[in-house]
Amino acid sequence: MRRSVAHALVASSVLLIACGMSTSGPAAKDGAGQPAASGPIVFFSSQFKPVEEAEKMRQVILADAPVQTEYIPEDPGPFNDRVTAEQQAGRVTVSLIGGLHGDFAPFVQANQMEDLTGVMQKLGDRGFPKTFVDLSKLGGDKHYYVPWMQATYVLAVNKKALQYLPQGADVNALTYAQLREWGSNIQQGTGQRRLGFPGGPKGLLHRFFQGYLYPSYTGSAGVVGFKEPEAVQMWQEFKAIWELSNPQSANYEFMQEPMLAEEVWIAWDHTARLINAARERPNDMLLVPAPAGPKGRGFMPVIAGLGIPKGAPNRAGAEQVIEYLTQPKQQVATLRELAFFPATNAQIPEDLSPGIRLEADAVAKQAAAGDALPSLLPIGLGGKNGELNKVYLDTFNLIVLRNQPIQQVLDEQGKILQGIMDETKAGCWPPDPPSDGPCKVR
Amino acid sequence: MQRQVALERDTALDAPAPPARGRRTVLTPYYLLAPTLLFLAVFFAWPMFQALILAVQDNGRFSLGPLQRMADDVLFWEAIRNTILLTLIVVPAQVVLALIMSLLLVSGLRGAGLFLYAWAIPLGISDLAAGVVWLSIFNDRGYLNSALAGLGLGQTGFSFLSYEHPVSMFLAVAVAETWRATALVMVILLAGLQVIPKDYAEAAEVFGATTWQRIRHVTLPMLRPSLQVALIIRTILAFQAFAVVVALVGRNLPVMAEEAYRWYGDLRNPSVAAAWALLIMVFSLVNTVIYLRALRVRDEQLA
Repeated sequence: MRRSVAHALVASSVLLIACGMSTSGPAAKDGAGQPAASGPIVFFSSQFKPVEEAEKMRQVILADAPVQTEYIPEDPGPFNDRVTAEQQAGRVTVSLIGGLHGDFAPFVQANQMEDLTGVMQKLGDRGFPKTFVDLSKLGGDKHYYVPWMQATYVLAVNKKALQYLPQGADVNALTYAQLREWGSNIQQGTGQRRLGFPGGPKGLLHRFFQGYLYPSYTGSAGVVGFKEPEAVQMWQEFKAIWELSNPQSANYEFMQEPMLAEEVWIAWDHTARLINAARERPNDMLLVPAPAGPKGRGFMPVIAGLGIPKGAPNRAGAEQVIEYLTQPKQQVATLRELAFFPATNAQIPEDLSPGIRLEADAVAKQAAAGDALPSLLPIGLGGKNGELNKVYLDTFNLIVLRNQPIQQVLDEQGKILQGIMDETKAGCWPPDPPSDGPCKVR
Repeated sequence: MQRQVALERDTALDAPAPPARGRRTVLTPYYLLAPTLLFLAVFFAWPMFQALILAVQDNGRFSLGPLQRMADDVLFWEAIRNTILLTLIVVPAQVVLALIMSLLLVSGLRGAGLFLYAWAIPLGISDLAAGVVWLSIFNDRGYLNSALAGLGLGQTGFSFLSYEHPVSMFLAVAVAETWRATALVMVILLAGLQVIPKDYAEAAEVFGATTWQRIRHVTLPMLRPSLQVALIIRTILAFQAFAVVVALVGRNLPVMAEEAYRWYGDLRNPSVAAAWALLIMVFSLVNTVIYLRALRVRDEQLA
């Protein structure tokens, strides 16, 4: 105990001197003669909470980190609470924060994050995609996180389903109409409903509406086109698809489990939540791009970033770990071990395991599809992201599960949606054109 | 002992003790109560007050917005309806079961002690674990469906917990909740039964009362204070039903405590969560007052 206090004292005094000399980076690194100089850092993350994932993070990915790093993953609620509470108490223990784009929004809004524009400039050679660079500004002009890794959502298909594929359909370029027909063929052939969606409490079904259905049917990210006639048609067709889905879809959280149990043959989910199915049975599974609608193949890239909270006890150390984690070697290791894709231009090696290979191919095909319509995560909603998600889940609940009239539900929920937009003053985000002032429901 | 007290009182009357000492005697009970009061103030009254403030606050200003947002929510009435319905089914079922169990335990049956331990098992299991246990029974490939298939009743299995079967979903939750908390009621009632002197029952027996008459006219009235405690505690806990519901049916059966949790955890809106908490508190208070009035215990009944 006493020793750790001493370490902290040494670390903080060295840090103070280093900052005073404004050569924080090199000073900390050169202090090789004093191992305590940089001190261990706490890396607090909303990602990789399951024990085996957290262990991979610690044992493999952070094994050679330049600074001793204590990786602490947490569920979204407590994650948010701890970061905010530390700021409010003025006693910050976390030096590095890893989270999804949406996790950072409330912190940035509350002015709790350090400006990382300098770090971004130093890491110019990493080749971050321009979309990610723009996103990391969260609507402002400074960068608040450094892109860490990315993922997306695709369809997983059990090969047993292929014999029921509708005539003329290409499994790599499906449409929602074909998905419905496919589900219907399977039901007629097997007597079972074998489509599947993650509609359980921790499932990500809301992303399906925001980044897949709405863009595909309305060409909008789900706010502007929320209650347009195309949206009414969309809900009608999705209702028909849902009727061909395993009723447990209202409870599923990670689709890899029902896929492995073969309760479901065709499932939409996050790549990291399908990877175990692909890993365990690469020969029985296909991973394919999500279906397309009348306006294109809507899909949503998910981005995670690394940020530093204000008052971080070891900012220099955190910057070194950011530098380390964005190196090609760590980016590829993250793909191999945790199925999140590089957020840099790191080359994906050829010798990937079959499961990861399946996933990498599906992700590449989806992004490169001629009708691809990438749709971003909601931007600028601050702490209201959860309430935005609730609008889509409530709409789904009322229309699909409770059979309420579509237009009426859309009108009512549209009002709540507009209320959230007005309150947060969030502008529209791609694929919608930018708006002056809050994004408006048309 | 009694004599000593009497003596002390006498001396106190004869020659009044120095005021400091007399005061100390008067204050002693309060000193003894102080830790409890402090504990209640810090961990109950203060958070309750905070929740109240939070529920009428929006961005740091006074606002009825959170209450409005809660009441306008699509799940508002459903959550209240489900919670009340669950309470109306679970609490009476638990009291009846617990009464039967505790009467059996005090009846002097052979092996009653063993039953006591077996019936008390749910007390030692966390809510969530209980939910998971019942999930393994009720889910599509659970023990119940396997058993039904084994008996030749339905090979495909019935989705008890599917949103498509709201009645079975609700009943599954009710059964699990009943199982989980009947033991609590039983322990309270058992304690109450054990302090009822045997003389009353024996007297009733001498006058030729049947077993049922004895229970109806002797035991139950004497048990009233324990019943009151058990009902209040159980009903308040039923309003807070959460983990079992979440484990069994997730989002498909919204209840009040779950809404509070969701608004705080997923939706990051502590104000609306506090509004829900406040509503649960109001329900609990109203219900406690009703029980206290309906089951009022008069002193002469205790005598």
